[in-house]
Amino acid sequence: MFPTPNTSHLTSESFNDIYEPAEDTFLLLDTLETEHNNLKALRPSVCLEIGCGSGICITFLAQLLGPDSLYLCTDINAKAVDAARATAEANGVLVEPILTDLTACLEHRLKSKVDVLIFNPPYVVTPSDEVGSHGIAASWAGGMRGREVIDRLIPRIPDLLSDSGVFFLVIIKENNQDELEQMMTKHGFRMSVVLSRRSGPEFLSVLKFCRLRS
Amino acid sequence: MKLLTHNMLTSKIIKGVQQGYPLGITATKVDVKEVDFNPDFVSRMIPKLDWPALCKAAEDVGHSAELPKEVVPEYETNEEFLKKAHHVLLQVEVIEGNLVCPESGRKFPVNNGIPNMLLNEDEV
Ligand SMILES: C[S@@+](CC[C@H](N)C(=O)[O-])C[C@H]1O[C@@H](n2cnc3c(N)ncnc32)[C@H](O)[C@@H]1O
Repeated sequence: MFPTPNTSHLTSESFNDIYEPAEDTFLLLDTLETEHNNLKALRPSVCLEIGCGSGICITFLAQLLGPDSLYLCTDINAKAVDAARATAEANGVLVEPILTDLTACLEHRLKSKVDVLIFNPPYVVTPSDEVGSHGIAASWAGGMRGREVIDRLIPRIPDLLSDSGVFFLVIIKENNQDELEQMMTKHGFRMSVVLSRRSGPEFLSVLKFCRLRS
Repeated sequence: MKLLTHNMLTSKIIKGVQQGYPLGITATKVDVKEVDFNPDFVSRMIPKLDWPALCKAAEDVGHSAELPKEVVPEYETNEEFLKKAHHVLLQVEVIEGNLVCPESGRKFPVNNGIPNMLLNEDEV
């Protein structure tokens, strides 16, 4: 059992502006713990979280996998990257946050270098015009079928991941797991479902993608 | 922002920018923080780095004196080299300042150690 990172430096006030760790967050943490041995065996050098929010997930990953990897994270919310920096510091790990859209300023230099990629995206079905803010609404607003942000990332995955790289994605039922699988199969990836859990009205899953020929 | 991270950033996402690399650094606050030396980690990062970009970044922030201009052969077993690389990659940290796109001159602020690489809609 790995302890959940300490986030006591974040107050209820902080969570007016950044995503407060919730069931989806904890499902991702549980997934990483379940996958601990597989991830260790990969000997990752570069781990990246998109949409770090409080920074709890990338901090947990850094604790889980230790100091032989670089840990980077991005968010479009300025308060989130600040919080992620503080969370990593409070838990004694090195994480480098960057304020950017998805992987925009990293993808050229990180081409084929990312060994572990994690994303708990804004997945809630909302009107399209709610997508694209830089505040708290960006935590959940996923637009049509909750897929608008996810779908912008999918085509970037093949270029980002290393040969043995893995990608973990949190979704809800409405995001259409089968269609995501088809899209990723076209890009040369196979999908598995690591964990699923019902939380109130949401049926959450964490999907894992690896290259077909790895 | 550590110089290791800086090595991975480009401004190529700006419309019309070809390489956007390496980003210049004009720092108003640079810290040097103690970080545990992990030779395995540094060795693993070396092949992923753009070394000339690292040298330029070190120069921009005034920490290039010790850094070899080229990666030495068999660096994995060269502790002296790895320690110098470790220092520049992980201990030197830009806290406040700007990153500058080498082609467009667009500035990206670094606040509280975090680069703000967000662009306006009309820039992408
Ligand atoms: C559901 S929250 C997850 C936060 C944290 N990872 C967790 O699991 O608790 C989604 C996060 O993605 C961020 N986000 C939304 N759109 C983004 C984008 N285009 N690029 C980067 N981050 C984004 C939000 O600001 C928010 O922090």
